[in-house]
This record gives sequence, C-alpha cells and structure tokens, in this order.
Amino acid sequence: MARSNREFLLGLVLAGLLIFFGVKALGEGYYLLVAFYILQYVVLATAWNILGGYGGYVNFGSACFFAIGAYSTVFFNKALSIQQLKTLDLGLFTLGTAQLPYLLVPGAVMLGSLLAGLVGLGTGYLTLRLRGVFFSISTLALAVVAQTLVLNWSYVGGARGAYVMKPAQVAGFASTTEFVFCSMLVIALGAIWIARTVEHNKLGTGLQAIRDDEDSAECSGVPTLRLKLQATALSGALMGAAGSIFPFFVTYVDPIGAFNLVHTVNSIAMPLIGGMTHWSGPVVGAVLLGGVQQYFGSKNIITPELSLLFVGVLMMLFVAIAPNGILGLWNKIRSGSRS
Amino acid sequence: MDISTILDLLVNALVAGILLGGFYAAVSIGISIAFGMLDIANISHPAMIMLGSFLAYWINDRWGLDPLLIMMLLSPLFGLMGMGIYRVYFNLFESREKDPRRGLAFFFGLLFVTDVALILIFGVDLRGVQAPYVDAMIEWGVVGIPLRLLIPFGIGLLLVVGIHLFLTRTYFGLAVAAVAQEPLGLRLMGVDPVRVKQMAFGLSVATAALGGAALIIIQPVEPSLGREYIGRVFAVCVLGGMGSMSGTLLAALLLGVAESLTSTFIGPSWSPAVAFGILLLTLGLRPAGLLGRR
Repeated sequence: MARSNREFLLGLVLAGLLIFFGVKALGEGYYLLVAFYILQYVVLATAWNILGGYGGYVNFGSACFFAIGAYSTVFFNKALSIQQLKTLDLGLFTLGTAQLPYLLVPGAVMLGSLLAGLVGLGTGYLTLRLRGVFFSISTLALAVVAQTLVLNWSYVGGARGAYVMKPAQVAGFASTTEFVFCSMLVIALGAIWIARTVEHNKLGTGLQAIRDDEDSAECSGVPTLRLKLQATALSGALMGAAGSIFPFFVTYVDPIGAFNLVHTVNSIAMPLIGGMTHWSGPVVGAVLLGGVQQYFGSKNIITPELSLLFVGVLMMLFVAIAPNGILGLWNKIRSGSRS
Repeated sequence: MDISTILDLLVNALVAGILLGGFYAAVSIGISIAFGMLDIANISHPAMIMLGSFLAYWINDRWGLDPLLIMMLLSPLFGLMGMGIYRVYFNLFESREKDPRRGLAFFFGLLFVTDVALILIFGVDLRGVQAPYVDAMIEWGVVGIPLRLLIPFGIGLLLVVGIHLFLTRTYFGLAVAAVAQEPLGLRLMGVDPVRVKQMAFGLSVATAALGGAALIIIQPVEPSLGREYIGRVFAVCVLGGMGSMSGTLLAALLLGVAESLTSTFIGPSWSPAVAFGILLLTLGLRPAGLLGRR
C-alpha cells in the first residue's frame, strides 16, 4: 500500500506537470480558461463523490459550499484590505508584491475550506442522524439560505457583487492567471489524492459499509455518525477550496454566479456519469462533461441553457440505464470480452 | 415608531401571515402526500408548481381565461402526468435495488430539466396573470385584505379539508393511508399497493397545478422562484409531522406568520431564510414534527 501510494503520488505530480506545460504550450488564453473550469469541476465532483459516492449521502449543496469559499475570499480580501497591501514585513524577511501571492492565495484557500467544512459539519450534525433524504433536502435548502445571507450583506457586495483584484505579478510565473491556474491544478490533484486515500482507509471502507447497509454497519461497530460527519466536512472543505480560488480567476463574484445551480448539477452529474465507486469516476465525468460544456459554450454552437438541458437529460439517462456510470460500462465490456 | 403604529403593523402582519400560510398549505400538501405518506422524496414538486404557474400565465395571456378556471382544467392533466412519472420512477428505481441516491438524482434531474426548459421557453422575465381580483382589496378597519392573498388562502383551506375527508372517508383514501403504513399488509388484503401509490402520487402532482395557479395570482413569477419553495414545502411537511394533513395546515400557517413577521419587522429580503431555519430546527430538535405519529 505504502509503495503503491508513493507511485500514485509520483503519477499525480507527473500528470500535473504535463497538464501545466501542455496548457502553457498551447498558448495562454482559451485553453487555460477551459482547463481551469475542467479542473474546478474535477475538484467539485471528486469532493461530492467522497460523501455521495462512497457514503451514499446525496449533497445538493455543492453550489453553496463553493460560494462559501468564494465569498470567504471576497470577505478577507476586503477585511484585511489586501488590495492595498504592498509589502509584508515578517521580521526575518520582507515579502514584496511579487512574493505576496504565495502567502495570500494558500491563506484564502485554507480559510475558504475551513469555513465550508464547518458549515458542512454543522448541517451534518443536525441532519445526519436521520435518514439520508433529510440531509439531502437540507442541503438543497441550505443554498437558498446562504444566498439570502449574502444578498443582504452589503459588505461583500450584496446583489451587486464584488470585485477582487488579482495580484499584480507573481514571482516565477509568466502571469497571475497562470499562477491562479496552477493553484487550482494543485488543489485538483490534492483532491484526487485525498479521494484515493480515503477510498482505502478506515473512513472510506466505513462509508462503503454505511452505503451498503447502515444498520448493519452500526451494529458491527462502525461509528456511522462520526464517519458521516468527517466525510461531510471533508467534502465541503474541498468544495470551499475550489470556490476560494474562483474570485482570483474571474475577479468578479456575484450571488447568481457563485450560487449557480449549475455547480450543483455538474458536481452530481459528473460522478454519476463517470462512476461513483472509484476515485477516477468523477475525474472521467468532469473531463468529459466539463469539456463538452466548455466546447459548446465557447463555440456558440448552442446556448448555455441548452447545454445545461443536455447535462440534465444525460444525468437522468445514466441514472436510469447505467447506474454505475462509464466506469461500470467499461468494466462490463472488459469482463465480457474476457469470458 | 409609537405603540399604535407597531400594533397596526403587527395585526396586518398576522393577517397577511395567516393568509400566506393558507397558500403555503396549498403548495405543500402535495409533498405531504408524496413524501410524508408515500415516502417518495419528490424534490421536483416546486418545479411542477412553477410549471403550473407558467401554464396558467400562458393560457391566461393567450385566451384570457380566468386563472381559477385554468387551475381546474390543468389539475387532471397534472394528475395524469404524476401517474406517468410514478410509473417511470417505480419501474426504474422503486421496484429494483434500494439505493435512495438514484431516486433522488432522478427527481433532481426532473427539477433541473423543468427549470431550464421554463427558462428556454419563457425567459427569465417576471410573468403575471390578468384577473379582476388580482388588484382588489377588502378594507376592514386598520386591516387591509388583498383578494390576491385571500383566494389562494381559500384554495389551500379547501385542499386540506378536501384531501383530509378523502383520506379518511373514502375506500381509496383509506387504502392510501394503509399503503403508507403497511404495503405488505395491503397486498395480503388483495389490493395492489403500486396502483394505490400511483393514484396517490397523481393526486399529489395534481395539487401542484392548483398551487401554481395560486402562486401566480399572488405574485408575478420567474422560473428560479421555485427554488425558494423547496425549503418551504419540506419545512411545512416535516414540521407538520410527515403525512399529517392537519399538521400540514398548522405548520403552513406557522410558517406564513413567521415569514410575515420577519418580513415586516426585519425586512422582506430575509423571509426566504425563515423556512430553512424551521426545517433545520425541526430536524435537529423534533424530527417527528408537531403532529407526527412517531
């Protein structure tokens, strides 16, 4: 296990380097944008799958956790007046404008994921003792209440939205956008690594036992509530991490964009279509579905609404016909050809 | 603010809240049947309500029919649609292995597809209906009662009473109550539980047509409005005590009054948060609800 883990980490790092330099070689603008959104969906789908795929608890609040991350960045940017910050004296050495993002962006990610994780923990604490469907309904309603809160909170822009300035320059990167993209890449790879680790450790096996038969799991000594809470907090924190990077990339956040149901639909549809039992399922789903949406969206072949309709219908088709997703179909074909 | 102004505000808020509560009963009763009695978490119910609203708008705009008449015509069609949806749901999910995720994802897909389809067809502008009673008002001392609130309140009250009588006085209604408690027992008595559930689910969706028409009488609608109602209908269903009709009415009235007071004394933009607060508190403190059996 330890050795295969090291190999897996090495593979992730290699994949990351390949993606980074591949996108760089293709030229900054368009491909960087597409790759950023796909990576964002890799994080959301992978995070959703930790609770939804392994544990069988459906979270309809992905957009909410994402928005909590995004708005925590907006809030702390304003509260600490980071826009005006030019240098930071840390006693031993002084950080200049070009080095500051190395402190600010990871800081924002940590805060965003912490807040989102806490909200997940709180909601879970109140609703995870009951049947899973109550948790699902609560997360659906949670998005509405968080949006109401933000709409009424003029400090973070209210309904008008808020601007977040990108760092002017970052040491070691050609542009700030490249640095932000790289941060999302690191988070995405980290999320995949976490998902794979969880899959094999006590949390993951416990969650799988809960999914298969919660009563039996409880009777066999699986601490069901604790595991469910851990998974909810972890999954929420990862979604919050994706959200906290978002403002740096688009520089403008408003409630409609941050709380968009599109995030929720995609983060459920992608694991469902890719396959929910293995860490690679959400990644496959995110790359395929995210790629198709970005392609159609950018080429103006169909309107965004029509591409969303396509995602919704595709999700329902997979749920009805191929519940184990593309991975399930693939395994079936492989075992079929072998026999 | 002096004391008499506050009292006037309070009385008006209470009256408006009770009227609003009656309307909330009309939109929630379908969920109390589907989720409370049949154990089908139809989260697409608010989307069906929006569909009802937009069909009412479309017919009213085109042929000038009265929204109340449209509602009568639409509800049997919605009932048939509900029976069709239940057939699909049963064949694909309920009859097979017990994975609640797939049923939830199915209804979520239905919610999302309806939502996007409404945006594609009608756009995101506010749409309202024309009827003589939409702008009328009954003045009664310091209390003003707008007819656009009184009529949905009446619809809600009639629905609750009607469905309560149906469930307690008719053979079929008793079968629905039985299928909620003991499907196997029903099968042993020679009744097909699937058929009973199909009819009951049809009834649940039929109420969405009434709720939708009531909604568009109260206020102009746009497709995303349905999302606010997800929290509301489930809060009412859970607070009332899953599947209890009198509980549904009581919880709807409580929610209406709580929202109306919030809107008067804190600000209208906060009222969507009230339902969620009630939902979370009920689930955390008293999951059986006010008038629940368990």
